[in-house]
Amino acid sequence: MLDDRDRIFTNLYGFQHWGLKAASARGDWDDTRSLLALAQDDIINIVKESGLRGRGGAGFPTGMKWSFMPKEPTPGRPNFLVINADESEPGSCKDREIIRHDPHKLIEGALIAGYAMRARAGYIYIRGEFIREAETLQAAVQEAYDAGLLGKNAAKSGYDFDLFVHRGAGAYICGEETAMLESLEGKKGMPRLKPPFPAGAGLYGCPTTVNNVESIAVVPTILRRGAAWFKSFGREKNEGTKLFQISGHVNKPCVVEDAMSVPFRELIERHAGGIRGGWDNLLAVIPGGSSVPLVPAEQIIDAPMDFDGLRDLQSGLGTAAVIVMDKSTDVVRAIARLSYFYKHESCGQCTPCREGTGWMWRVMERLREGNADMAEIDMLWDVTKQVEGHTICALGDAAAWPIQGLIRHFRPELERRIRDKQGDALEAAE
Amino acid sequence: MPKVKVDGVEIEVPQGATVLQACELAGKEIPRFCYHERLSIAGNCRMCLVEVKPGPPKPQASCALPTSEGQEISTMTPAVKKAREGVMEFLLINHPLDCPICDQGGECDLQDQAMAYGRGHNRFAENKRAVTDKYMGPIVKTSMTRCIQCTRCVRFAEEVAGVEEIGAIGRGENMEITSYLEGAVTSELSGNVVDLCPVGALLSKPYSFEARPWEMRKIPAIDVMDAVGTNIRLDTRLREVMRALPRLNEDVNEEWAHDKTRHCVDGLLRRRLDRAWIRRNGKLEAASWEEAFATVAERLGGAGGEDVAAIAGDLQDLESLYAMKALLRTFGSSLHECRQDGALFDVSHPAAYRFNSTIAGIEDAKAILLVGTNTRWEAPLVNTRIRKAVKHGARVFAIGPEVDLTYPVTWLGDDLGLLGRLPDEVGDRFRQGGPAALIAGMGALTVRGAYEGARAAAAALGATFNVLHTAASRIGALDLGFVADGGIEAIRARAGSLKALFLLGVDEMDLSAFERTFTVYIGSHGDAGARVADVILPGAAFSEKHGTYVNLEGRVQFSERATHPPGDARADWSILRALSDVIGRPLPFDDLDQLHAAIGAEHPHLREPALSVFDGLPAAPAMPAGLSGTIVYPISDFYLTNPIARASPTMQRCSAEILHGETFQEAAE
Repeated sequence: MLDDRDRIFTNLYGFQHWGLKAASARGDWDDTRSLLALAQDDIINIVKESGLRGRGGAGFPTGMKWSFMPKEPTPGRPNFLVINADESEPGSCKDREIIRHDPHKLIEGALIAGYAMRARAGYIYIRGEFIREAETLQAAVQEAYDAGLLGKNAAKSGYDFDLFVHRGAGAYICGEETAMLESLEGKKGMPRLKPPFPAGAGLYGCPTTVNNVESIAVVPTILRRGAAWFKSFGREKNEGTKLFQISGHVNKPCVVEDAMSVPFRELIERHAGGIRGGWDNLLAVIPGGSSVPLVPAEQIIDAPMDFDGLRDLQSGLGTAAVIVMDKSTDVVRAIARLSYFYKHESCGQCTPCREGTGWMWRVMERLREGNADMAEIDMLWDVTKQVEGHTICALGDAAAWPIQGLIRHFRPELERRIRDKQGDALEAAE
Repeated sequence: MPKVKVDGVEIEVPQGATVLQACELAGKEIPRFCYHERLSIAGNCRMCLVEVKPGPPKPQASCALPTSEGQEISTMTPAVKKAREGVMEFLLINHPLDCPICDQGGECDLQDQAMAYGRGHNRFAENKRAVTDKYMGPIVKTSMTRCIQCTRCVRFAEEVAGVEEIGAIGRGENMEITSYLEGAVTSELSGNVVDLCPVGALLSKPYSFEARPWEMRKIPAIDVMDAVGTNIRLDTRLREVMRALPRLNEDVNEEWAHDKTRHCVDGLLRRRLDRAWIRRNGKLEAASWEEAFATVAERLGGAGGEDVAAIAGDLQDLESLYAMKALLRTFGSSLHECRQDGALFDVSHPAAYRFNSTIAGIEDAKAILLVGTNTRWEAPLVNTRIRKAVKHGARVFAIGPEVDLTYPVTWLGDDLGLLGRLPDEVGDRFRQGGPAALIAGMGALTVRGAYEGARAAAAALGATFNVLHTAASRIGALDLGFVADGGIEAIRARAGSLKALFLLGVDEMDLSAFERTFTVYIGSHGDAGARVADVILPGAAFSEKHGTYVNLEGRVQFSERATHPPGDARADWSILRALSDVIGRPLPFDDLDQLHAAIGAEHPHLREPALSVFDGLPAAPAMPAGLSGTIVYPISDFYLTNPIARASPTMQRCSAEILHGETFQEAAE
């Protein structure tokens, strides 16, 4: 259980104003200059020591990512920081809360991260549908500029850093880091081939680091309170605090900050008011946003909510967007809807995803009604395996995993529907 | 040079090679659709998957993965085979599988690779996707349901052709390839996307439903539409050339051909001269060979010395040029000229009139000055090389009217006087080092003094001097000495005193001066030259004779006969040989071998197919005083530059639609 004094996001619910004055009262921008007086590599080392893993879903250690950036950028080839605020994952809604209620945490984090990775400028790529949030963020950036916290000699540190807010146009795939770079450059949002990785050749061909909003926003607090403090939460290799976004069939859906590795039962009981209809009514949970496989009730109840704990359940923490489904849920329909989402959002660049997502969705739609052959369950499994790992970006994997989770845990349900339908057909024929 | 292991065999690969290239070096065939050597890497078809250690435990797209020291690449494991079969299945689920009615059938990458990686049965129980066809102009027919979205055509248009007119719209399974606003693709290289397309989505419109690849004979030939000497393959069925495709030649055309090369072939059967004609009382009347020869012999009776002259056209092979020159020699005449456009330049040394940088070499240039040449129309495949040079950092300056050359050009003006007073930035750039070239075109060289000015400017800039010819026969004729002192004007001046004038496929010049002269036209098409001729002797088109051509850089290339000439028409050199007997001045060769031997004895460098390099360009002349003149490009309509193209319905339509903005109603389907 996280104490109130250990919370990083102290205005998560917007009880106070988002503006610079209120944010300063909450401790943001408090002597940022002294943080920027640290050597760049010292900041990277502190972030490394804190154990912070990327909050965008993949969980790559943030400090290590920063250390890949060139130490001596040339004027013709500057370093860039890109902040991924294209939060489009179904179930995920943490970045939105940060941006609309606590934008200065993000902006200060951007300045410090930019300084640590020797970036000339930062870009915040914000999701197109976040209209009010983009307005707030733009206003907050302007406040920071007006107060001398950004731009030339930012926060009187002697370091020049510009921060731009760039609005997307509503494509899920632009949340993939290289597609985001393409989109920022004004091109079609299609993922690039890796290698080269963005740290080698990213935005406009220059070294670039792409970080999630939450990963950047927690950095100032880590520097102020120390790596050891941040590391004191959670299990080994899964340290820190995390914003959990609990939605679905709980009594009080919410976004809440808690320590990593908090057991699922505790998370739901303490913050979300328990499962609708009690714990016996829990069917399954998608613990990390739409792209991770679901976990059935009995496996998740006492599992620790962190990267490794959920990986052991053949799922993942993702963005910690916990989607709770009780026994009233038509779980096949739920996953079929996710399949439709991925079919709709596939960029169409590479073959397995372009062709596979549509195929999987169509089979899922038939399975939903049981209008299929028993053998098609295995065929669908095979198709998901043909998509997984064969695509340029991870959208193919994300489309395959929910279906794999469904087949792994709810195969009897799929078979029941097919049998029922075939039974109907037999009766009708008689 | 990293060492890698491909299926257990260690090989050394060049620095920067991709895994796919390493596999090819090791002799392993990697299936691919989107990858193409001459285009950027897209990595989107996912067919070229291999397993690579060290690396993530999943198959990698070999086309996009760089090799590194100690890599172990497996191309034949069960996992790789399964992955490729999976990709193939995805490609096929929405492919119509209408091979029996698809023109690509028999030469389709998808068909071929489905033989190796296809499942043989279908697990896809849903409806297939249908895509509306797009309009891409008179050359490219589309059948977009067959498209596998490899984006080769998009990359070609953008990277090689330099027109950003093909792109993909929509996303996911609704992604479609289309031309900009579904208009005609305004590139003279658009036909290449048909070859690039690995399936039957982009097809040749004129060739639609005409033939199957396996029923045609494939004859290696040389293109005569411009002076580049594009290596082509003529696919023929019975007596008809069905299509022309480029052959690979890294030094000349790489693997491209422009639209005129590809689609002029339907002009080979139209407006043909298939019998002899004699003008009687102002009207042409059909005649037999004997009658025609008798008429010519009668007019040549008693002729001698400079009474007889000859002009050669743009499409002539070395053999007919040599035979013509030899025939004139029997009269003691040296009034023969090949520069029908009136160009004037030093012909004393081959380097003085050739493209000395060579076609492949121009890619390395760092600074280029174009003088009176619209390279995009006069030699599209030289233009693509210059475009490559620009991509590698070259800067291009040009004197002439502004045109879109598909790359950035600094236009200096259109007055030739600029050669004598080039702006400082030109000199600064040329002095920065690296190979430099000055390319003079016929737009300049038809102006008196321009040649000397261009030579002087090239010397002053330290640039290699190049002449960009527009006629396929030109360099060959110049090498044979098929020139007269004073150029075409010298012959025109003697029009009154000539007893006979031979027009060897001359269709591009003003012949009004020779109205009262007895003219003999030898050629394949009833065009401008035939209209004024007194006797017409039907010759063979380039596809109908064995011929030797010398391209603009001096490369000797042999072209084979693909079909026989129609009707009474014969190869031009054999007409001249037969005529020489009738007039009692027999030429000393009876067949092609003897003719080649005669040419080779007189001009050793024309004996073998090779690029003959001539060093020792004579010192540049001084900049002529008072040089001035406005440049007019020699080609006003790219698609209609010679009798064959003018006879071709496809070229006529291209001209009308792409250059003159006419619209054509497509037949409703």
